[in-house]
Amino acid sequence: MASVALSEAEKVYIVHGVQEDLRVDGRGCEDYRCVEVETDVVSNTSGSARVKLGHTDILVGVKAEMGTPKLERPNEGYLEFFVDCSANATPEFEGRGGDDLGTEIANTLYRIFNNKSSVDLKSLCISPREHCWVLYVDVLLLECGGNLFDAISIAVKAALFNTRIPRVRVLEDEEGSKDIELSDDPYDCIRLSVENVPCIVTLCKTGKRMGKVLHTSLQSVLQKEESLGPKRQKVGFLG
Amino acid sequence: MALEMRLPVARKPLSESLGREAKKHLVVPGDTITTDTGFMRGHGTYMGEEKLIASVAGSVERVNKLICVKALKTRYNGEVGDIVVGRITERRRSAEDELAMRGFLQEGDLISAEVQAVFSDGAVSLHTRSLKYGKLGQGVLVQVSPSLVKRQKTHFHDLPCGASLILGNNGFIWIYPTSEHKDEDAGGFTANLEPVSLADREVISRLRNCIVSLVTQRIMLYDTSILYCYEASLPHQIKDILKPEIMEEIVIETRQRLLEQEG
Repeated sequence: MASVALSEAEKVYIVHGVQEDLRVDGRGCEDYRCVEVETDVVSNTSGSARVKLGHTDILVGVKAEMGTPKLERPNEGYLEFFVDCSANATPEFEGRGGDDLGTEIANTLYRIFNNKSSVDLKSLCISPREHCWVLYVDVLLLECGGNLFDAISIAVKAALFNTRIPRVRVLEDEEGSKDIELSDDPYDCIRLSVENVPCIVTLCKTGKRMGKVLHTSLQSVLQKEESLGPKRQKVGFLG
Repeated sequence: MALEMRLPVARKPLSESLGREAKKHLVVPGDTITTDTGFMRGHGTYMGEEKLIASVAGSVERVNKLICVKALKTRYNGEVGDIVVGRITERRRSAEDELAMRGFLQEGDLISAEVQAVFSDGAVSLHTRSLKYGKLGQGVLVQVSPSLVKRQKTHFHDLPCGASLILGNNGFIWIYPTSEHKDEDAGGFTANLEPVSLADREVISRLRNCIVSLVTQRIMLYDTSILYCYEASLPHQIKDILKPEIMEEIVIETRQRLLEQEG
């Protein structure tokens, strides 16, 4: 991410503050900014959520479509992630500037969901080896105010919680050809259990202390602290 | 490590929450302010087709026969004598510059200076020819819109709560711990890198959050308003000031005290 120029004195001030558990905006090292979560914001999706964390604004839309299961997992559906870091979020994303970050975040999301416990993929299967639900999860960065990974993981969890997948039945003819029937009731749908979807917590080592990289409303102060810490550890944990 | 989550709430319009009686006359560029030709035109207006038209988005201010439009958000326009706080982004690369300035000022340093001259394209030239200007040491920078910084006689304030402020006309506000040794450190180019005490840090963080609260409710920033806001925020924890409802509460109290003081 972009870095902000800081004077030596400012850096020293910030590092000493972190060591005493008092950040520039008065938060302790382990305090988050206020989070605002809203679901069902986009009408033509199967599920959506919007999360605001300080100045970071994330919009996630989930669309459920029918597809063929992957060869190695014939009994499961799957998720596809796409992260769009648009130029609206911050001027650094102009042109192709946001592509690298978008790919990095998408790869992280793939890694998180690439295990049996996050989401029950078997419930997305309609008929083995032939039909399954594919959930296309689109993440849009509306505003970049720091701590993207945490906010995106919260937003994806909320959007998946909000997702409504229509209930379908597979009817088999005498000749063996299958027909997929959608139920008449538009509110008859299956919901996903998101209890085990992980939430990302980003930690940053600044000076001699580990704290959260969740920063204050001014993006520049956020970037100030991020530019000080050389290492950023991402630990995904369940629950 | 608790995370506070909330559902979004519809925000109330500012005038309702602050109890303003008279509604401001808001205009956008191109709006007709008045067709009466008896008025003198001030900033943000121009005369066209026998009408007074606004050229910026803001609220109309009228002083007797002078009509001007006060813009909501402006880029900083320098005036001679303004105090500004600035960050060095680029520097001239000449041999003598290298020899002379490198030792004192680096890229990324913050300085306070006064505007010496304004060029026709809007660029300003600054000088630090007094001991009170110069490189800034440890502290916190808050960036706000220039239109919110009130023009005053002095922009250097030592608040009784234990910290000092520099209210730059360009919207850059510098909060720093009041140094006890005023004569030695003032205006020098060497920064003091010793750790600042926890009590001073708390005052500085609280002031920073108060300034941010005042900015969200668009209150003019000057020493009195910031000090009242600081005092109103004392019952709350520093990090709680960032919450919207507490921010609103503090600013309403500040506004009331300011109104009482004026009227």
